[in-house]
Amino acid sequence: MTFLAQEPTLADFGQDPWWLVLIKVVFAFAFGLLATLLGVWFERRVVGRMAVRPGPNQLGPFGLLQTLADGMKMAFKEDILPRSADKVVYFFAPVISVVCAVTALSVMPFGPMVSIFGHQTPLQVTDVSVAVLLVLACSSMAVYGVVLAGWASGSTYPLLGGLRSAAQLISYEIALGLSIVAVFMLSGTMSTSGIVAAQGERPEVEFFGLNVTAPGWYAILLFPSFVIFFIAIVGETNRAPFDLPEAESELVAGFMTEYSSLKFALIMLSEYVAMVTMSAFTVTLFLGGWRAPWPISIWDGANSGWWPMLWFFGKVLLLVFVFVWLRGTLPRLRYDQFMRLGWKVLLPLNLVWILVLAGWLKTQGWEQADRLILYGAVAGVVLIVTLIWPSRRPAPKPTLAEEVNDRPPGSFPLPPLDLQVPPSPRTQRIVAEREPANLADTDSREV
Amino acid sequence: MTTQTVLAAAGSVPGGEAVTFWILAPLALIGAIGMVAARNAVHSALMLVVTMLCLGVFYVIQAGPFIGVVQIIVYTGAIMMLFLFVLMLVGRGVSDSVIETLRGQRVAALVLGVGFAGLVGTGLHRALADSTAVGLTAANAEGNVQGIARLLFTKYVLAFELTSALLITAAVGAMVLAHIERRREDRMDQAATMKARFRPGNYPGPKPGPGVFATSSSVATPARLPDGRLAEQSTPEILPVRELTAEDTTLKGTEK
Repeated sequence: MTFLAQEPTLADFGQDPWWLVLIKVVFAFAFGLLATLLGVWFERRVVGRMAVRPGPNQLGPFGLLQTLADGMKMAFKEDILPRSADKVVYFFAPVISVVCAVTALSVMPFGPMVSIFGHQTPLQVTDVSVAVLLVLACSSMAVYGVVLAGWASGSTYPLLGGLRSAAQLISYEIALGLSIVAVFMLSGTMSTSGIVAAQGERPEVEFFGLNVTAPGWYAILLFPSFVIFFIAIVGETNRAPFDLPEAESELVAGFMTEYSSLKFALIMLSEYVAMVTMSAFTVTLFLGGWRAPWPISIWDGANSGWWPMLWFFGKVLLLVFVFVWLRGTLPRLRYDQFMRLGWKVLLPLNLVWILVLAGWLKTQGWEQADRLILYGAVAGVVLIVTLIWPSRRPAPKPTLAEEVNDRPPGSFPLPPLDLQVPPSPRTQRIVAEREPANLADTDSREV
Repeated sequence: MTTQTVLAAAGSVPGGEAVTFWILAPLALIGAIGMVAARNAVHSALMLVVTMLCLGVFYVIQAGPFIGVVQIIVYTGAIMMLFLFVLMLVGRGVSDSVIETLRGQRVAALVLGVGFAGLVGTGLHRALADSTAVGLTAANAEGNVQGIARLLFTKYVLAFELTSALLITAAVGAMVLAHIERRREDRMDQAATMKARFRPGNYPGPKPGPGVFATSSSVATPARLPDGRLAEQSTPEILPVRELTAEDTTLKGTEK
């Protein structure tokens, strides 16, 4: 039985019977939970390997059950409610985090159209025409979980962590949103399945008179967007090196300091689910979604049936590894450096890149001569502006002698600047006279 | 979404939409009332968040998915979050007092508010009850997002750009008014600090500590110079200089 590569469109969604919807929802939720269980183990093993130590290796094969054991332990611990906590908000904050992280999984395309019990259905819980914005909405609502957890704990360090995260996540959401704009411009759609479908086409690009078949993946076509997007999602998921809201060396554990037992487990769960969700989001937007990577894609059947789910999971795993790799490698940034990176580097870069891309796309249909004239004019303007841009070189500093001569009368007296203090004749090296050690007498015991 | 559009255009309300409305509308109302009633500012803001979320879902089920999601991202995610940020800086546990400064203010506000809501509600109902919605299919013909984009960047482009210019001006103005950053040239390095210290007219040594040779060891009591004058530099500027009177220095009779 052979399947043809079948791209789901928006019309394919909303046709499933209720039991199929239930299966898909439960699958997506179980995927989130399982990814957390395995993700914590994976992270500890990989970081352990990078730190030249074994990592958890006692429970189960390769220590696979360690996270399960930790989870059980957490469930049986005492649930501490600080006296100064705001009880309702304190309870709801971790719930908000988890709900937002899991909801975003519902629009991730795991694969193309498949047949489940005779029903042709896309391997995706649902899709809407603004699915990408829905993920952004979820991640912006997830900020509430962190901020409210910090505020409701009623102590200082969590509050500081909450305030930091509010500023951090809002700043990086802007860079995140802007880097997706380039994807919208190329694909012409905001639905996740549509973006994956758009990455299957290999556009013919005219590059200075040469017709080149460009690769379909947006990670290559829109490389600057991809880099900015990945940096932004590391900031958005509070992962190292941007884990300032929970910086343990400055804020104990930041917003989650006062949490314990199951509520703490929920916070951990939401963090790892968010990491997996954001990896899946990156795969969908930039890495071709469920499409097979190059050497496998030569095989015709690679992009049909259930196989694509395997490629999808492989890519997600690769990105999760990059997250862990970053954590094992980079030290935490200082807060002002982090903010400067977001607002003064990522944001302007993004805007310039979108402008360049829009100009490029707009001029694709033009005559060759017109285009060359326009590019030349733009290059000329840029050159002229760089030439006449005011130099930032400071005026030469006066020498020391000039500075000394310029001092007003009545200034504090200065010693001669070339003064060399001779060594004092009274100073003598004191050498202690000691008994020479008796090396031959090795038998003597000290009592 | 396409089926939804058709149904909404025909004027009937599909079952799913009605169920969603009757679940979320009470929630939105509770949120709105709770926002006014809550005494803690952060609780108030959270109630407003609930109402905004419900409004976002209402937009989505009325065949406007873009505006619904943007409502959640922009209003709930960014603007309310900034509000919360400020409220949290104010400090937790700060609640409004329940004391009425104007007598009867609460009752008057309640009556006027309900009256105003009734006026607006009945007016809207009488004006719109018989009219049927038309043109939704035409507006959403090439997709909801594309339809909004076409209007925003052709017919209303001037209003849109003016609004964004106004917002940017406001943001830059707030920055200019509130932000103080020393220029790099004005920043003092160690050498410059030392030069300023030894500039003529500035006493380079440490300032005399308060209470030296004085009648009391209080921080507010200035030190005395060797010739008996008071050293003004020895007290912090915010503290007034005062000499203790004899009455101040006598025992109060509390020590037994």
